[in-house]
Amino acid sequence: MIEKKHWLLPEGISETLPPQAYALERLRRELLDLYRSWGYELVFPPFIEYLDSLLTGTGGDLNLQTFKLTDQLTGRTLGIRADITPQAARIDAHQLRRECPTRLCYQGTVLHSRSDALAASRSPRQIGAELYGHGGVEAELEILSLMIESLRRAGIEDIYLDLGHVGIFRGLSSQAGFDQRQEHALFAALQRKAIPEISGLLADYGTDEPTAGMLVSLAELSGGDALKVAADRLAGASQPVQHALDELRRLAGLLNKRYPDLPVHYDLAELRGYHYHTGMMFAAYVPGMGQEVARGGRYDDIGKLFGRARPACGFSADLNLLLKLGGGKHQVEKAILAPAVDDPVLLSRVQQLRSAGRQVIQALPGQPGDAEEMGCSEVLEQQGADWVVVAHASWNLKQEIQESTE
Amino acid sequence: MTFDTPITIALSKGRIFNETLPLLAHAGIEAVDDPEASRKLILATNHSAVKLLIIRATDVPTYVQWGAADIGVAGKDVLIEHGGEGLYEPLDLQIARCRLMVAGAKGASLSGNQLRIATKYVNAARTHFAAKGQQVEVIKLYGSMELAPLVGLSDLIVDLVESGNTLKANGLVPLEHIMEISSRLVVNKAAWKMKHATVVQLLDAMRQAVESRARSDG
Repeated sequence: MIEKKHWLLPEGISETLPPQAYALERLRRELLDLYRSWGYELVFPPFIEYLDSLLTGTGGDLNLQTFKLTDQLTGRTLGIRADITPQAARIDAHQLRRECPTRLCYQGTVLHSRSDALAASRSPRQIGAELYGHGGVEAELEILSLMIESLRRAGIEDIYLDLGHVGIFRGLSSQAGFDQRQEHALFAALQRKAIPEISGLLADYGTDEPTAGMLVSLAELSGGDALKVAADRLAGASQPVQHALDELRRLAGLLNKRYPDLPVHYDLAELRGYHYHTGMMFAAYVPGMGQEVARGGRYDDIGKLFGRARPACGFSADLNLLLKLGGGKHQVEKAILAPAVDDPVLLSRVQQLRSAGRQVIQALPGQPGDAEEMGCSEVLEQQGADWVVVAHASWNLKQEIQESTE
Repeated sequence: MTFDTPITIALSKGRIFNETLPLLAHAGIEAVDDPEASRKLILATNHSAVKLLIIRATDVPTYVQWGAADIGVAGKDVLIEHGGEGLYEPLDLQIARCRLMVAGAKGASLSGNQLRIATKYVNAARTHFAAKGQQVEVIKLYGSMELAPLVGLSDLIVDLVESGNTLKANGLVPLEHIMEISSRLVVNKAAWKMKHATVVQLLDAMRQAVESRARSDG
């Protein structure tokens, strides 16, 4: 008989053990405090919702990624959230209904029925912030700044920013008069920068110059100087395309003023998440990682489908990944072990240390394991009438316990 | 060309390696070791910043996708099976060319439902027959597909055909053309963004090499 592996977790589902779990919690608190200091209000959207509302305004990709089950009470299909952003948009558009700009932040586990492209995890801990009610690049600048600040707080310094704009592809696509199927096929090829396929598709569709040439050149309109090159290559593009380019230029100018040393890479063909984004899109990369570590953009249309059109932009990241990339910054200091002695002086010392934020573990009489095995770097030692904290090396717990229980 | 950022290039041994070397030479990259003679899996080049990884052809997209290699050379067949997610494939290198074909015994029927197809190229086979409106049963094999129809394991096979000699030796004939296959330059997304200048310079040099060879051939 095959031995049953009851301990095995499903593929891509992870749990967090000590000491990472507390490090993760510290990072979560630090980031949520950061968002609070910028005026972002915390929301806790539900883990499960009716599938229809969960997928409102999003594309087929998110549908595929969503775990589904049937509600025994109504017979309707429920979905376990795969992305919190649309939930936050629903809260802004339907629950809060404010006229002034609304800033929301959230943190929670999401589930993916298939892992998101590269990330092996199917249960990322999504953290993010969204800004509703302002359609200008200033809103995007604020969200980008908050994203950069989040990464820095996590201990990630070497950041590369990638910027693009959905409006460029959308504009060229409508200029060429593609139907939905054609646009979809071209979009897929463009995501892979598969220039041979792009040219092949355009030839099949009979797309005329100069639109065809502009669509081909889109694949390679990337790099630090892409906006300059685009001014020339996309000179014949329609008004919406020019408008998108202008927005990118304005944001680039503002970013450069605020973060003169931040490497910015423009990629006018990068459209990941295209199905709900409507404007600027951005992602942060760090050396040594083959995929982005945080991403976001503008998605003005979701609110409209919940009954109220509101400009919206935001970013999100996976807290697990941020902790991993941040290295040891959020490691917690080790505990202090107090011997199993019933002494009021010791007790008050322990309370004092605990309220000062230290972790003090009271040993139990006759317990196995010394301070090191208990994860303590220091111990409380009696010196005269007082108890003082000393490094644990010179201390033998077993011996102390024996003495105290004798 | 000079390389100020480290670049790792994933290649498979044999035909792809041999046909990629002249293209890399055009960008000024020359391998120091010969993979056929050496058992090393990481080969040095004349540039200290440029390394070559020698891996199985089917693993190239995976290494590049995860950023273990910045750049790679992979056949279109391999990319179709892999799915190509998280990769850029901006250049057709026009090397290691062959055709993906349906083959079988002479006179074997291509129509009919529930045909059994033995192949290493499961995605490509499924897509091809689905596009024709045919429901087929695909049997995944790892090699020697030509054997399958001979011993009744399958009705037809989907395989790469170069000269057609292996088919002929086993009494099979190519029956239907699926697509032309050649190798692509694939680039990791993050490398494209963070090492953009170097990657694009290398891409341009290789594109020139491909174009000048096409001109001299044509």
